[in-house]
Amino acid sequence: MARIDLVDLAHSYGGNDAPPESFALKPVTMTWRQGGAYALLGPSGCGKTTLLNLISGIVTPSRGKILFDGRDITPLSTQKRNIAQVFQFPVIYDTMTVGENLAFPLKNRGVAKAEVNARVKQIADLLDLTPYLNRKATRLTADAKQKISLGRGLVRSDVAAVLFDEPLTVIDPELKWQLRSKLKALHREFDLTMIYVTHDQTEALTFADTVVVMHDGRVVQSGTPAELFDKPAHTFVGYFIGSPGMNILPAEVSGHEARIDGHVIGLRRNYGVLPSSKKIEIGVRPEFVDVAAPASGLLSAAIERIDDLGRIQFARVRVGNAKFAARVPPGFSIPGNTAGLIFNPAHVHVYADSQLVEGVA
Amino acid sequence: MDKTVNQKAWFLVLPVFLVVAFSAVIPLMTVVNYSMQDTFGNNQFFWNGVGWFKELLDPSTDLGGRFLASLGRNLLFSAIILAIEVPLGIVVALSMPREGWSVAACLVILALPLLIPWNVVGTIWQIFGRPDIGLLGYVLNHLGLDYNYVSNDVDAWITVIVMDVWHWTSLVALLCYAGLKSIPDAYYQAAQIDGASRWAVFKAIQLPKMNRVLLIAVLLRFMDSFMIYTEPFVVTGGGPGNSTTFVSIELVKIALGQFDLGKAAALSLVYNLIILIVCWVFYTVMTNAGSERPAKEGVA
Repeated sequence: MARIDLVDLAHSYGGNDAPPESFALKPVTMTWRQGGAYALLGPSGCGKTTLLNLISGIVTPSRGKILFDGRDITPLSTQKRNIAQVFQFPVIYDTMTVGENLAFPLKNRGVAKAEVNARVKQIADLLDLTPYLNRKATRLTADAKQKISLGRGLVRSDVAAVLFDEPLTVIDPELKWQLRSKLKALHREFDLTMIYVTHDQTEALTFADTVVVMHDGRVVQSGTPAELFDKPAHTFVGYFIGSPGMNILPAEVSGHEARIDGHVIGLRRNYGVLPSSKKIEIGVRPEFVDVAAPASGLLSAAIERIDDLGRIQFARVRVGNAKFAARVPPGFSIPGNTAGLIFNPAHVHVYADSQLVEGVA
Repeated sequence: MDKTVNQKAWFLVLPVFLVVAFSAVIPLMTVVNYSMQDTFGNNQFFWNGVGWFKELLDPSTDLGGRFLASLGRNLLFSAIILAIEVPLGIVVALSMPREGWSVAACLVILALPLLIPWNVVGTIWQIFGRPDIGLLGYVLNHLGLDYNYVSNDVDAWITVIVMDVWHWTSLVALLCYAGLKSIPDAYYQAAQIDGASRWAVFKAIQLPKMNRVLLIAVLLRFMDSFMIYTEPFVVTGGGPGNSTTFVSIELVKIALGQFDLGKAAALSLVYNLIILIVCWVFYTVMTNAGSERPAKEGVA
C-alpha cells in the first residue's frame, strides 16, 4: 500500500550516455496515489513496459528516482520492493498444485505454515480458485493461470502495488470481461494501487480511473477517461483514443477563427496569433461533426463510405486530401457524393506542433 | 469408369523393398538363422534350436555366465556415468553465460569432445593414463598414488568412467542449456518477485522446464553407454582380466575371437531386444509427459 512518486525517471537500454532521443523512457515526473487504478496505454514500443519494469525493479533506471511513500526504493531489488506483477503470459510453477503456487511467495519469505494456509484459503476464495487448490496448475486454462499469478501477488499482505503487463492478451474474449470485473472488485476491496499496462483502449478506459497515455517514450497525457476523450492534450491521444479517432486537419488559426482552404470555422475560445514557426492543426472528434447537405456556408467534403456501427453511423469523407470522419445524424440520408460539415465549436481544439493550445475564453 | 488394372505400379515399390530387404531384413534373418545353429568352422552348421538362448539366460553355463556378468558390468557402468554426467551436465549448463561472446566460446569448447572420433578418445586416454609416458598416470604415481589401469580393476574402471564423463558430459550440458534458454524471462522475474531463492528457482522453474531435454539426455546417454565398445576396448581391451569387458566387447570376442557364430548371433538378438525395450519404455514415458494438456473446462 503506497503512493508512488516518479522523480525525473528515465531509462535507456543503451546506457545513460545514449542520445536523449534513443531513451526508451524519456524523463518523467509524476505521482500515483495510494489506492488508485492506473492504466498505462500506448502502442507497442512506447515505453510502457519499460516504465512498469522500472517500478517493479526488474530494470534499474538510467536516471531518476522512484519513491514509495516518500522512501527512495530505486536501489532496492525486486524482492525488497513488495511489488506483485502479473505478466503477459501466465507464469505458473509447473510441478506445483494451485495451492502450492499460491503459497510459494509466503514460503520463500519464511511465513509460518498456519498463516500460509489461512492466507492461501482466503485468496483462493476471492479468486474462485478453491475447487482447484489441489489440482496441478499446468492443467488449468489460461484465465485460471492468470488468476493464480495474480493470487501469488495478493497472498502477501505487504504488497505496495500490483502491476499488470497486458495480462489479458491470452484470455478468451468472453472471459476478459469477467476477469476485468474481478480486478475492479479486488481493487475496491483491497484498496491496492494497481498499474495496468495495455495497448487496448477499451481495457484501459474500463479498468482505470486514471489513464496515462504514452507515446514514443513520453507520457503525453494522464487523466480520467473523460478528460482524454474531451480534451486530448496531444494529437496522438486524440487519434489513439476513440474509435474512429480524432480528426486532425492543418489550419490557419487566429482569434476565434480557424481557416481550412479558405473556409472559416468558428472556435469557442480566442487563440490570438499563434507562432508561425509551429505546425498548426485543429482537432475534432467525429462525434462532434455532423454531415449535412452541401451548402455555401459549410466546409465541403467528398463522401467515401458510411460505417454503420449500429448505434451510430459515421461517414468517412475527404476534406481536400485529408481523411475525415463525421457523424451522420439520425434519419439523414445523403443526397449525393458530397456533403457539408457542421462543426460543434465547443469541441474543436487547436494544436501547435501536436500540443494542445489553451485559448482564452 | 472401370479401374485400370496396372500391375506395373508394383515396380515403383520395388526399390524401397530391395533397399529395406538388403539393409535390414536379410541381415537380421541371417542372424536369426545363425542363432539357431552351431558351427565348427568350414561352413558346417548344425541345428541347435533355442539352445543358445537357454544357455544365455543360465548363469551356470559358460556362455550365460559371461553374458550375464558383462551385462551386469554394463548396467553398473551406465548407472555410474548417468549418475555423474546428468547432474554435472546440469551444473555446467546452469553456470554457462546467457549472452555475449562467451556463449559462443563455451559452446565451441563444450562441443570439442563430441567431435573427436571414439577410438581417438580411447587412444588419448590410453596414453594420458600410462604411468610411464602419460601425463595423468605419471603425475599420479609421482604423487604417491599407485595408479595403473592395466593391472588394477578399480583403476581401469575409474579411467573408463572418467573418459566417458569427459567425452559425453558436454552432450548433456548442451541439451540442458537449450532447455534453459527456452524458459521465458518472465518466469525468472516472477520468481524474483515471489522472493524465491536460487535453489527454489532451480526446483520450481529450471528443473521442471528441463524435464523433457533431460529425458532425451538420459535416453541418449543410456543407449550409448549400454552399447559402448570402442573406447574401453582401446584403453583396457576389456581387462584387466574381464573387469571392463562390457556386452559389446564380449560379443566381439565370441563372434570374431572364437568364431562361435551361433552363440554370438543369439547374444546379438538378446542384446538388441534389451535396447529396443528400454527405448520403448523411454518413448512411452516421454510421450506421456508431453500429453499433459490443460483441462477444457473454464474456471470463472
